[in-house]
Amino acid sequence: MSETMPTLQVEDLKTHFFTKGGVARAVDGVSFSIEKGEVMGLVGESGSGKTVTGFSIIGLVDPPGEVVSGRILFKGEDLATASEERMRQLRGSRVAMIFQDPMMTLNPVLRIDTQMIEAVQAHDDVDRKTAFERSRDALGQVGIPSPEERLKAYPHQFSGGMRQRVSIAIALLHQPDLIIADEPTTALDVTIQGQILFEVQKLCREKGMSLIWITHDLSVVAGLADKICVMYAGRVVEAGEISDVLDGPMHPYTRGLIGSVPSHNKRGEPLAQIPGMAPSLLSMPSGCAFHPRCPRADGRCQEVPEISAPVAKDHTVRCFHPHVEGAS
Amino acid sequence: MTAVTEPTAVDPVKEESSSQKDQTPFRRFVSDFAESKVAVAGLIVFLLIVLIAIFAPLIAPTDPYDLATVDILDSRLEPGAQMMSGTTALLGTDGLGRDMLSAMIYGLRISLGVGAASGLIALMIGVCIGLAAAYFGGRTDTIIMRIVDLQLSFPSILIALVLLATLGKGVDKIIIALIVVQWAYYARTVRGSALVERNKEYIEAATSLALSHRRIVFKHLLPNVMPPLIVVGTVQVASSIALEATLSFLGIGLPVTEPSLGLLISNGFEYMMSGKYWISIFPGVALLITIVSINLVGDRLRDVLNPRLSK
Amino acid sequence: MSVYIIRRLLQAIVVVVAMSIIVFSGVYLIGDPVDILISDDADQEDRQKLIESLGLDKPFHIQYLTFVARALEGDLGDSFIFNEPALLLILDRMPATLELAVASLLMAIVFGIPLGMWAGLKPDSFFSKSIMAGSILGFSLPTFWVGIMFIMIFAVIMGWLPSGGRGDTTEFLGMEVSFLTWDGLSHLFLPALNLALLKISLAIRLTRAGTREVIHQDYIKFARAKGVSTRRVILVHVLKNILIPVITVMGLEFGSLIAFSVVTETVFSWPGMGKLIIDSINLLDRPVIVAYLMIIVFMFIIINLVVDLMYSVLDPRVRLQDVKS
Repeated sequence: MSETMPTLQVEDLKTHFFTKGGVARAVDGVSFSIEKGEVMGLVGESGSGKTVTGFSIIGLVDPPGEVVSGRILFKGEDLATASEERMRQLRGSRVAMIFQDPMMTLNPVLRIDTQMIEAVQAHDDVDRKTAFERSRDALGQVGIPSPEERLKAYPHQFSGGMRQRVSIAIALLHQPDLIIADEPTTALDVTIQGQILFEVQKLCREKGMSLIWITHDLSVVAGLADKICVMYAGRVVEAGEISDVLDGPMHPYTRGLIGSVPSHNKRGEPLAQIPGMAPSLLSMPSGCAFHPRCPRADGRCQEVPEISAPVAKDHTVRCFHPHVEGAS
Repeated sequence: MTAVTEPTAVDPVKEESSSQKDQTPFRRFVSDFAESKVAVAGLIVFLLIVLIAIFAPLIAPTDPYDLATVDILDSRLEPGAQMMSGTTALLGTDGLGRDMLSAMIYGLRISLGVGAASGLIALMIGVCIGLAAAYFGGRTDTIIMRIVDLQLSFPSILIALVLLATLGKGVDKIIIALIVVQWAYYARTVRGSALVERNKEYIEAATSLALSHRRIVFKHLLPNVMPPLIVVGTVQVASSIALEATLSFLGIGLPVTEPSLGLLISNGFEYMMSGKYWISIFPGVALLITIVSINLVGDRLRDVLNPRLSK
Repeated sequence: MSVYIIRRLLQAIVVVVAMSIIVFSGVYLIGDPVDILISDDADQEDRQKLIESLGLDKPFHIQYLTFVARALEGDLGDSFIFNEPALLLILDRMPATLELAVASLLMAIVFGIPLGMWAGLKPDSFFSKSIMAGSILGFSLPTFWVGIMFIMIFAVIMGWLPSGGRGDTTEFLGMEVSFLTWDGLSHLFLPALNLALLKISLAIRLTRAGTREVIHQDYIKFARAKGVSTRRVILVHVLKNILIPVITVMGLEFGSLIAFSVVTETVFSWPGMGKLIIDSINLLDRPVIVAYLMIIVFMFIIINLVVDLMYSVLDPRVRLQDVKS
């Protein structure tokens, strides 16, 4: 395995949901790649397909959803066509996931030790005692005091922040190559958010893990990620190095997102808004899905714009009328 | 719900359906119901059974309780055999020489009659009590619901057993027992949905206009608790027919002079070991078809009238 | 926790007292047992003597208080028919009924939960639809009718199993039981299945509904994301969540099984309490009826209590609420 191969390379991924009301194209041709040790922010509104993208990578899209086409190359191996048993082997050991709501991710009727030991034993053939010790160490690592005692507790005896630490400890048990974190701080208090964010970042850097951080919150990504992918209605509309995209957003949607973040140096000014609402996945506008809300749209936007790289090497945008410097 | 200026009973079911403006609520209900072929079949079978029960004397080949025509020499004839009177006993005869088919048609009449009568009276009592509990609330509600809960914590057969042990046999006695068993289900159902309705704006509006208790309860609350009531009612009729049959089978239900399907099955049970299956089996099949057809209708009604319950 | 138990016990005592009044006054109205006990040619004097000896000449409340005082000493009166203490008569038949009810409960759990899980995990398969159709039938068919069909098919036509009775019994923990001998087991199977049918249907429905709810929970997805095998996800994560409500309801149904054993015991001539009560009602054997009903009420209360405790052991969330309150 060569060192130059990216940890994850997603090519033209399409995940559709076949519902009674029609086909919902939740993910419709998404491509990106992540190098070893890289942190990528996957940003979008709810319903933009960012969570489904995460579940597609780890192979947990439930019916009526289905990965219909595209490739998910994980260290060269295509996960889209991997067998269920192969996926099970990878899940939790090489690719791990942290969920959004820590109150819902731990089974309420099983003790923490049960839930951690099974995670250890799912991939390593070790006895209970060893598995217990590894679980204890993992809990200590994410900053849970007296982990040996806490292992005997049930999830409801933990606060939300503590539960999310447990989930992170479980995700880190096998030192995976890739962690997918699905808005893991959204449901937490702001102070706890900061702690968790810092913790995850530190652990990833230490162990050289790649991280996909799914969020709708640009400010979280700004301090954390190396690069960013902005999704809208199942497609990546803009992607690039974090500083390139945040300092010089080219897609009208990205500009709207950045403009709608309140900040102190814009005090008193009315907050910029993106007019209208995100479209329903069942009745998608033709062409560029953003054109009904876009200030720059014209007749051409009825077609689907190709992804392009007008400025920098790694900065791409899917728009006919990008905000290229000097042109806007 | 928009603000209600006039205290008219706004039926939420009707409101939902108003989105399909070309259909009346009833039409829509019928077409929803008809979507399930099985339920329609169940309804047709059930209506047939009701017709047979009503017109029993016209349909039955013989009168099984006319002692002049019943001949003991005909007893335990196999299905299709000819009786002394010359009539063919299509489903055989029982231990006393009565034509099974005729006995079943008359038995169906008694079973359905007992089920319907007890169901209707229990429904009326249960509705009044349930509405009172929901409308007056407070201590009235607490006491009524305590009694309802206590009664529902005991199996229906046990309550019927106590009552019949106390009252003895008889058509009136078993109807009383079935009423006592059933009323609590209706009361609980009505109270539950009436409580939800009571807190809605239009009842408040009606109360603030100082309409009489009776008017508010019967004109405004009652129509809105009808859908769940219909569902429970259908299921209850089926289960009270089954319970009556069970009690009669045990010999503590109807007297021998009023042979319902349950009693016919019981009579035939002793002959079954000797292979004379028809005396017990045919009335059993009739009972089965009756109960299953009612339940099929009830299941569909539940799906149509209360979409929340169906999943 | 102990406060909770004491509160529940007080509640139970109130119910027992209320029920004893209801049952006693109900049965008091049954009718005159003297008519049945005495021969037609007995004169007025014999009649009077019998009434006095049975204490039937006293006013109602005296009869009730006498009954309560004796009941507290474990004396629920003597059977008019058997001239034996009613309590002993019933306790004598109780093991047979308990064995039947326990066997049915086990069948309901052993058949109902796996079938319900299957129907919940693969709701669109043909087998699942058959299971659900079967459970609708199980709900609507009267128990006695199914029992008759069982006898006709398995005993009369096939001749595989006996049609009634209890078969060979052996002593187990001081009770006569059938399930330890092959013959006893063959006698037990049909009545137990008959009695269980309704509860199997119930278990199927509950389990299916629970399964469908649980499999969409985040914690199931998270368990899969850990790489835990599907088998373990279903058998540990899903099952343990479903077991709590299902076992609770099944436990509550134990009382109903005992009540409904009246029907099954009559159909299969199973020599238990249920058959005794039907005979007693027909013979107006008042002490036996009262004793039976009191014992049943008592059992119901105990069962409810045990189920509540079990519930709090199984579900850690409930346990916490108790500690807080």
